[in-house]
Amino acid sequence: MPISIEMPKLSDTMTEGTLVKWRKKLGDKIEMGDVIAEIETDKATMEMEAFDDGTLAEIFVKEGEKVAVGQQIALLAVAGEKPGEAKPAAPSPAVAASTHYQEVAGAPIPGAPGAAPKPATAPAAAAAPEPAPVVTPQGRVKASPLARKLAAQKGIDLTRVVGTGPGGRIIERDLANAPVGAPAPASPARPATSAAPAAPVAVSSAVLAVPPIPAGPGDRVVPLSGMRRVIAERLVASKSTIPHFYLQIEADAEPLLKLRVGLNAGAEASGRGKITVNDLILKAAVAALVRVPKVNAAWAGDAIIEYDKINLSVAVAVEEGLVTPVIRDVAGQSISEISAAVKDLATRARGKRLKPEEYQGGTFTVSNLGSYGIESFFAIVNPPQAAILSVGAAVKKPVVNAAGQIVPGQRMSIGLSCDHRVVDGALGSQYLGELKNLIENPALMLL
Amino acid sequence: MALISYRKALNDALAEEILRDENVVVMGEEVAEYNGAYKVTEGLWGRFGSKRIVDLPISEGGFVGMAVGASMLGVRPVVELMFWSFAYVAFDQIINNAGCVRYMSGGQINCPIVIRGPANGGTNVGATHSHTPENLFAAMPGLKVVAPATAYDAKGLLKTAIRDNDPVMFMENTLLYGEKWEVPEDEYLIPMGVADVKRVGSDITLVAHGRAVITCLEAAQILEAENGIHAEVVDLRSIRPLDEETILASVRKTHRAVLVEENKPFCGVDAQLAAMIQEKAFDELDAPIGRISALDAPAIYSPPLEKIQLPTARRVVQKVLATC
Repeated sequence: MPISIEMPKLSDTMTEGTLVKWRKKLGDKIEMGDVIAEIETDKATMEMEAFDDGTLAEIFVKEGEKVAVGQQIALLAVAGEKPGEAKPAAPSPAVAASTHYQEVAGAPIPGAPGAAPKPATAPAAAAAPEPAPVVTPQGRVKASPLARKLAAQKGIDLTRVVGTGPGGRIIERDLANAPVGAPAPASPARPATSAAPAAPVAVSSAVLAVPPIPAGPGDRVVPLSGMRRVIAERLVASKSTIPHFYLQIEADAEPLLKLRVGLNAGAEASGRGKITVNDLILKAAVAALVRVPKVNAAWAGDAIIEYDKINLSVAVAVEEGLVTPVIRDVAGQSISEISAAVKDLATRARGKRLKPEEYQGGTFTVSNLGSYGIESFFAIVNPPQAAILSVGAAVKKPVVNAAGQIVPGQRMSIGLSCDHRVVDGALGSQYLGELKNLIENPALMLL
Repeated sequence: MALISYRKALNDALAEEILRDENVVVMGEEVAEYNGAYKVTEGLWGRFGSKRIVDLPISEGGFVGMAVGASMLGVRPVVELMFWSFAYVAFDQIINNAGCVRYMSGGQINCPIVIRGPANGGTNVGATHSHTPENLFAAMPGLKVVAPATAYDAKGLLKTAIRDNDPVMFMENTLLYGEKWEVPEDEYLIPMGVADVKRVGSDITLVAHGRAVITCLEAAQILEAENGIHAEVVDLRSIRPLDEETILASVRKTHRAVLVEENKPFCGVDAQLAAMIQEKAFDELDAPIGRISALDAPAIYSPPLEKIQLPTARRVVQKVLATC
């Protein structure tokens, strides 16, 4: 199957981009990291790198042409495919846009090709906030009696409402904009780890420190979607109540990239799915959590809960914002199991087909903006978790090696944002050190 | 309307009822010649003489018993206790005799007695003089319990209590005696069992009785000024009979309640209210019912600590903020 290359979203306000120049020609061999084109965004002209190896098989957009973010612009033939035979995976670019390219990042591009350009909903260097209600370990939604009565009257499913009352309780005001829908099954199975320690202060995202300039003629006032509201509320709560601090480490990505090439050699022939860099990063993040389990924890007000199981939240950008589906009990899973789980969850997240329990109960989050060319960033902690990993792009750059020589290297910058109540600097550093070691010596993941 | 003190309002009520009904007799320690330990009966002995204003020895068990007996024969005694804390030596007379006689006589014998006096802490008179026993007496079927917060309510309720044919425990507060409120010149009565919304609000219901009402009004002002929270203050005025409907109507409007009393928390009046509200308005509640009471210890004698034992407006505000 050829790999679709789409117009990337290179800035948070970018809705369309102009293909200024193709740096590669049809038939050129392409390695991951190669610059294949120059793209002009609303802000600047940027280089677009390849995220896969292959041969440039088709070019759909001419130089100087302007296309919407997410629209297919080229096709990459992978090993074994003759460039001339590479055909778009599907007749509609909208469908073709759906898979591989995006999943490499684990944070796919919002918006289908051809869809009307939307004012930016940033794919956010943020922890994907779950539209997750506070659920007790016993699987009970915390809602006031009044909220329960009103929800029953209006047909609101409380499992889809986020509480802003004390301790995250759903109260009357939370129902004002709740989506009306069929009530949840009587006793939905819920993971024990989705217990959300009470936020010490309920902070409303509606409180404006500085009101915006009022909308005038020509301005668009975009009503908040439920997801956007949840994102706002959870991130305001996170940033205002969780004492964040940030650590960053740079790892040599070459061994991991080589490992990936090795793993994918012959994958097609044997019918295995291809492993993405992100899959390997997720595996490494989990292996590092196993080695430093105190990071897999949450602040519980009067205690810290260190979770036995690792439930990994993976940030996935979707049209309206972003969600963080959870791979459960991931510690014992193989790379291919993780890869398959991410593909499945990401696809269903974009199709809005995730069940609530599939984005609840995460204990640690990985957000990857490498596919956007972002070299480094710091996500906002995804409450009630204690830390979030921010993965940047593998970048070619000069490195001073042990012998003091400047040599080319593939470097990857990784940030860790921590809740200082749970994770101190030394602990976070220990975690990032383990992670770096695993990325640079991926064979350790076999242990 | 004249601005008169809580003390004067009580004094006026006594005088008016003495003039209205020849059976009304005021009795107690130092109520006559000394004009009352807290001067509530000031001038009454001079106006009405020893037949209507009667000094009694330091023997609450004896004189409460005497007054209960007299009430059964048609006298309407208003017995002053120097402190409600002294009522405990007259428990048998109040609870067994006054409280049960109408029931046990099959309605043949009434006991139209009023027992009144201060029932409050916060005045540095020590644990044995600082009891707030409204919950104890309200727990006894057959007794009525009243705790007015203002001069207006004190006057109207005392007149009603004197005219009532059942024993009424009338609990005042020495810290309120000197406080002044507007009181009409014309005669008026306030029925027992009717609460009063002292401040209208939409966000939370504060329920209180006695001086805690004043604390709540102060807290409501702070909440409005500092937090934009509009608290409704419901003054019970009488604890038994209890005006459940006014409390429930307010809770149905605001969906939250914080109950405030100067009583101790354990088995306090507000424990009863909390049970009643959750039973009758459970589906209206958008938050757990909060309670602010005196700190659960005998009245503290150390003045700095005593100041924090009783509910303060700040404590009420904090509780409200934790509830909203």
